[in-house]
Amino acid sequence: MSFLEVTLSLLSGFKMTLTIFGITLLLSLPLGLVITFGSMCKFAPLRYLVRTFVWIIRGTPLMLQIIFVFYGPGLLWDVSALPRMTAVLIAFVINYSAYFSEIYRGGIESISRGQYEAGQVLGMTKAQVFFKVVLFQVIKRIVPPMSNEIITLVKDTSLANVIVVEELIFVAKEFIASKALIWPFFYSAVFYLAFCGILTLVFGYIEKRMDYYHA
Amino acid sequence: MAILEVKNLCKSFGKAQVLKGVSFSMERSEVLAVIGSSGSGKTTLLRCINFLEQADSGEIFVDGKAIFDANSGTKKSAAEIRKIQLNFGMVFQSFNLFPQYNVLENVTLAPRLLAKERDDYSSNKKAIFEEIENNAKDLLARVGLSQKLENYPCELSGGQQQRVSIARALALNPKVLFFDEPTSALDPELTSEILKVIKDLAKKEMTMVIVTHEIDFARNVADRIIFMDGGVVAEEGTPHQVIDNPHNERTRAFLSKLSER
Repeated sequence: MSFLEVTLSLLSGFKMTLTIFGITLLLSLPLGLVITFGSMCKFAPLRYLVRTFVWIIRGTPLMLQIIFVFYGPGLLWDVSALPRMTAVLIAFVINYSAYFSEIYRGGIESISRGQYEAGQVLGMTKAQVFFKVVLFQVIKRIVPPMSNEIITLVKDTSLANVIVVEELIFVAKEFIASKALIWPFFYSAVFYLAFCGILTLVFGYIEKRMDYYHA
Repeated sequence: MAILEVKNLCKSFGKAQVLKGVSFSMERSEVLAVIGSSGSGKTTLLRCINFLEQADSGEIFVDGKAIFDANSGTKKSAAEIRKIQLNFGMVFQSFNLFPQYNVLENVTLAPRLLAKERDDYSSNKKAIFEEIENNAKDLLARVGLSQKLENYPCELSGGQQQRVSIARALALNPKVLFFDEPTSALDPELTSEILKVIKDLAKKEMTMVIVTHEIDFARNVADRIIFMDGGVVAEEGTPHQVIDNPHNERTRAFLSKLSER
């Protein structure tokens, strides 16, 4: 097995990794906000329901959730299993939405009441206060924890291998099983490192751009 | 006619009754100082008048028109409250400037958003914004901040920030301007610049209600002083009456405690 062959093969796995990463991010960023509104809702039953849901999602391993989404429906009801990739994406989107929702909630709740009150006495509507006064401050505050979580997501995609989705780690592991080669397994780290490096730079840039004021 | 009249305002937080029937009225271009120890209900009074808290009972009138009546049974909509709120301006103890906007933007933000409700907004947008900006610059010049238009709040001293917040409140042309301990968060050497601005506003016949711990300043700038104690107006009168010749035992105790400092 030449270095080039291994690289190409790992790259195909990495493509799957990026797909899981990209789709999860795209869907869970907005879905997280919906969950945030639920967990901050004034209507107590909904709030408790949403918070219980978040507790369950954050309190159980993602690997278990992936397995549950894939095998659960078939075990509980007489239905055929979802496509593997679909099951992985459902598990990831739900899991990451729950985590993002808590980051959003922390950000929103960290804005002082004085900001809302200042907007209110200046005759702004609730929507204007949120979008013109609060939102930017929330975004600035949540960029560091969000970047942390998003970098975790890059590596969490490797959990998809438990239901045989052929992402980077799965492909690398295959070299051990079929070719008795262990070095591709460690070589796969380079892909994760490079991608996380790029993300670190991007988030660093965003943080710097927003650093024109301190509050 | 009184520009602002408050009748029998009551407010409780849980079991703690903070306002126990506060009444006062004030005339146009009058300056009213509200003094009293912490917990006497001064700030809550201001917050109830400004709809930041909902009073449990009582009435509030502006220019003889009821803007709040706890007994009427009908709750005002958010839109109605918003309109009423525009009668008043509020300067907070902790400034509450918007940190992501520069000084000029802090002053123009609310007027710009409000202008959207004008009929000629879409046809006349440019002229309206220009007028708003010029007005904001005038106000900032009045509080001595013409050199700081592009600065962000975090780059200003506390005194400068508070002056921006005064300009921001003035930009909406309130009928009555409320100050909630405007100098309490400032170093002593910075309080004088705020007091100077307030004095200047008084000269220009701005109607103001000032909650303050600065007794000398209250004496200096106020036409009338209200001393609050335990959620009621314990004493009311000219600065001379309330500060120099207090009749109420509590007023005397409060003032002597202050002079001990």
